[in-house]
Amino acid sequence: MNMSTSSKINNTLSDIGIMTQRNLLRYVRLPQLMIANIALNAVLLLLFNYVFGGAIRTGGIEYIQFFLPGFMVQTVVFGSTQTSVGMADDFSKGIIDRFRSLPISRSAFLTGRVIADVARYALLIAIIIAIGSAMGFRFENGAVPALMGVALIILFGISLTWVGVFIGISVKDIETAQVAGFVWVFPLVFASSLYVPIETMPAWLQVFAQINPVTPMVDTMRALSLGGSISSSLWKTLVWDGSIILVFLPLALNRYKLMTQ
Amino acid sequence: MENGLKARQSSEVCMDSSISAEGINKRFGTVRALDNINMVVDSATVFALLGPNGSGKTTLVRILTTLLKPDSGIALVGGYDVVRDAQSVRSVIGLAGQYPAIEEILTGKENLEMIGRLYHLGKEKARVRAIELLENFELSDAMNRKVKTYSGGMRRRLDLAATLVAKPSILFLDEPTTGLDPRSRIGLWEVITAQTKECNTVFLTTQYLEEADRLANKIAIIDKGKIIREGTNQELKDCCGGDTLVSVRIANRNQISIANSALRELAGDTLHSYPDTGEITLPAGSGTSLLPEVVRRLDAVDIKITDLALKPPTLDDVFLAITGHPAEEPPGSKV
Repeated sequence: MNMSTSSKINNTLSDIGIMTQRNLLRYVRLPQLMIANIALNAVLLLLFNYVFGGAIRTGGIEYIQFFLPGFMVQTVVFGSTQTSVGMADDFSKGIIDRFRSLPISRSAFLTGRVIADVARYALLIAIIIAIGSAMGFRFENGAVPALMGVALIILFGISLTWVGVFIGISVKDIETAQVAGFVWVFPLVFASSLYVPIETMPAWLQVFAQINPVTPMVDTMRALSLGGSISSSLWKTLVWDGSIILVFLPLALNRYKLMTQ
Repeated sequence: MENGLKARQSSEVCMDSSISAEGINKRFGTVRALDNINMVVDSATVFALLGPNGSGKTTLVRILTTLLKPDSGIALVGGYDVVRDAQSVRSVIGLAGQYPAIEEILTGKENLEMIGRLYHLGKEKARVRAIELLENFELSDAMNRKVKTYSGGMRRRLDLAATLVAKPSILFLDEPTTGLDPRSRIGLWEVITAQTKECNTVFLTTQYLEEADRLANKIAIIDKGKIIREGTNQELKDCCGGDTLVSVRIANRNQISIANSALRELAGDTLHSYPDTGEITLPAGSGTSLLPEVVRRLDAVDIKITDLALKPPTLDDVFLAITGHPAEEPPGSKV
């Protein structure tokens, strides 16, 4: 099959575009999981801000200011579990066979998944910011650092998407994917600097919180939103992003190849 | 007359839509799914791969449609190597698997348009093609409804339409009529038969001898990963007693050996009995003259009959004739 390089590129872009569109449509037309994500976050927001907030020592910062940046991270962490469900769904229903028997670019399926997730994360973050603002949260540090922070959270989300892809392909059925997804996100989110300053935790938990990738991500976002130094947390976040992608992207691709051989 | 002329003209410019497999082997762990498969399917013919569950039909289809790599051997589809030239194979085939592979949250039209665009037809062409197919498959009324509202038959029709979007010259259908009501089944048979008139090849797998018989120019029987018999439908039925069998079911299964002896004279080796169900089959020959003879002989040894019929041979009958065992263990799985 002879085709010029430019038309090959056009075809690849078209394939990726269609796969992205298909994924986005699924989120729009089947919003249950996204709504569950937002509802869970809203409940936790209300609970922690109004019920527990007053009792948590944040070192002088108003609680809503302290923990809303973390919630933007949390919504993305929860959101990545939806990726595993979607992957498991595709593999269990056989639609993956349809796509694989078409003459489309080999990378289109997974690339479309990642791009759709980026859009989804952006939307989820926007909703959290909206709810937070209604509860009194403000970006005290200005718009540009805030946007930089959002971009970093989305980057974090992309690395978690690859974890979700790996889990989703590995478990192959939707129910297991849902459980498998949630098992690891809860400790990640709660045993971090998201809800409380790490110093308030017992020593043994502090150890886990220190090596938890969510912690530097939250610290960075908090600093970018409220003002403060990102020198110690930013590089950790980027190293974590890179490491997760370096480990899980090949794992996911390998799993994909295995399932299709 | 005019149609015949048309068919001949188009066959002169038929592109290569043949399929061939040489020495194909596939193993899953310790299980030999395919064992040295060799076969040839000519362009513009219908080929049926007949076999029970677990015989390797789907595995072979997946290899031929580039979804699976064989452990060894070569397969050419439309002249392209399925391993080395997979993308080329994908551009000339259509695949309808055992379960409809369509998006539930998209409408029928959106599904077909998406596939058209993934075949790089372009937005407008994909739309036109989608509408055309929806009409051919009587889904126009439902085209703007989401597929999750469709009935099982409608989903299967949409799945088949999706297979035909890019007008593939080679169609792979894996047990296409499983679970379909009789009317849909006949409709599907018509679609399959129409394909060859358009110069296309159809490779279908099935468990139903009747289906293979009706549709295929050539049938291959597969059992436990090996092709055990190949030929035209006539050749296969000749081995197993012809077009029609007399089937008699006796009331008391324990008497089956007595019944066997009573009827053996009529059929010799071509008489088959199924101890688990109490059924005995023998070739009917021509006409119905054998029926009263069967009744007379069984009556003479005091055996009660619960059912007596003329029927076409089933997969079990063919398997019993060729291999000595029924298609599926335990026997009695009548379709």
